[in-house]
Amino acid sequence: MKKINTPLLKKEIEKLKAGEKVLLSGVIYTARDSAHKRLAQAIARGRAFPFDLKGQIIYYCGPTPRPKGRIIGSCGPTTSSRMDAFTPALLKAGIIGMIGKGRRSAAVVEAIKKYRGVYFLAYAGCGALISKYVKKMELTAYKELGPEAVYRLEVCDLPLIVGIDTTGRSLYD
Amino acid sequence: MIREAVAKLSISANLILRKDILLALKRAYIKEPNRRAREILCAIINNAHLARKEGLAICQDTGLVSVFVQLGQGARIAGSLNEAINKGVESGYRRGYLRNSIVRDPLLRGRPGYQPAVIHIEMIKGNRVILTVMPKGFGCENKTQLKMFNPTATMEEIKSFIVATVKEAGPDACPPYIIGVGLGGTADYSLLLAKKALIRDINKPNTVRQINALEKELLKEINRLNIGPMGLGGQSTALAVNIQSYPTHIAGLPVAVSISCHALRSATETL
Repeated sequence: MKKINTPLLKKEIEKLKAGEKVLLSGVIYTARDSAHKRLAQAIARGRAFPFDLKGQIIYYCGPTPRPKGRIIGSCGPTTSSRMDAFTPALLKAGIIGMIGKGRRSAAVVEAIKKYRGVYFLAYAGCGALISKYVKKMELTAYKELGPEAVYRLEVCDLPLIVGIDTTGRSLYD
Repeated sequence: MIREAVAKLSISANLILRKDILLALKRAYIKEPNRRAREILCAIINNAHLARKEGLAICQDTGLVSVFVQLGQGARIAGSLNEAINKGVESGYRRGYLRNSIVRDPLLRGRPGYQPAVIHIEMIKGNRVILTVMPKGFGCENKTQLKMFNPTATMEEIKSFIVATVKEAGPDACPPYIIGVGLGGTADYSLLLAKKALIRDINKPNTVRQINALEKELLKEINRLNIGPMGLGGQSTALAVNIQSYPTHIAGLPVAVSISCHALRSATETL
């Protein structure tokens, strides 16, 4: 299976095709509903982001609290479509990839094409299994949001499926 | 006693996948011809084993808990039942490292906490207390639908509404699904029936013959939608359809559909 590493290079992203399975290693950032709302507000008000979005991959995930002696709790993907309204602005601001589950809106597909991004699917409803691929977890921003805070995760060989590629081809079409 | 029972049920429901669901997943894996669908089913089954073995939540969305209480008329409860249940949920969620997903106000939102649960109390004869804890994630809860049909609606119209609800949920709510259907009662009651239908063992046939046949027909139709695990195709779109019905008004026919993701979680104890 193809292995890819962060930061994802433009050249590599272009080669990914919808339907292809990959193993991702490197850094990803969790962000879901509330964090997206805050990032969008930062964009609207021209404020700085709490972390550098450029070239980063956002994982739609709110993990369970970390059990003692573990790196992370259960941490599967949440439904991506709830983030659709915010995604084009985030792609414009520099994110390059997203990991989640389920369909995306036509506007998101267009934005992925325009900014040459990629949308990955993670095994849905497999939070315990996915926790095994996380090697490090650090709080990055919005601590008060609890499970919806932004966490920096280091993953190793996280199994993903390319859901939407840079040409806008979607696995759900 | 109730508080501790609810705490333990909250933990076991979230960590140990129901036997009937695990069995149905394994059956689906054996029957599924689509290769990618088989791979995903395999990951789902592995996830359940791992969660149990390592004491991790099956899914990070540990839900908004529904607690169903069948309260014997002769049972004596010391103190507030609601308080015991809510404290039990919070205690279980903290001890089990389960997620605090509950915001205090739907509009103002705020910092997420562990409670309150949604509590349904039903009086029964005797002096037993039967507690069922059902943590349902919101990926699938968001796909719930209710339709108030005319009493003269045809079976085909009713079936196609149920199938269309599943189609609309599509890949988003973690298929293979378990479909709970509530027929009859009032609007609110049919929604409750749909959720309660999900508690029934999915491998046990419905005791009402016509309803049993309807469940089977619906399951067949749903599994022809080719949604499959993660919505990437395959015949395993739903593991079961469970229907619960209740008398209704001459002027109506409420139909409610509650979709559960493949991690259908509930645990019951009799005190």
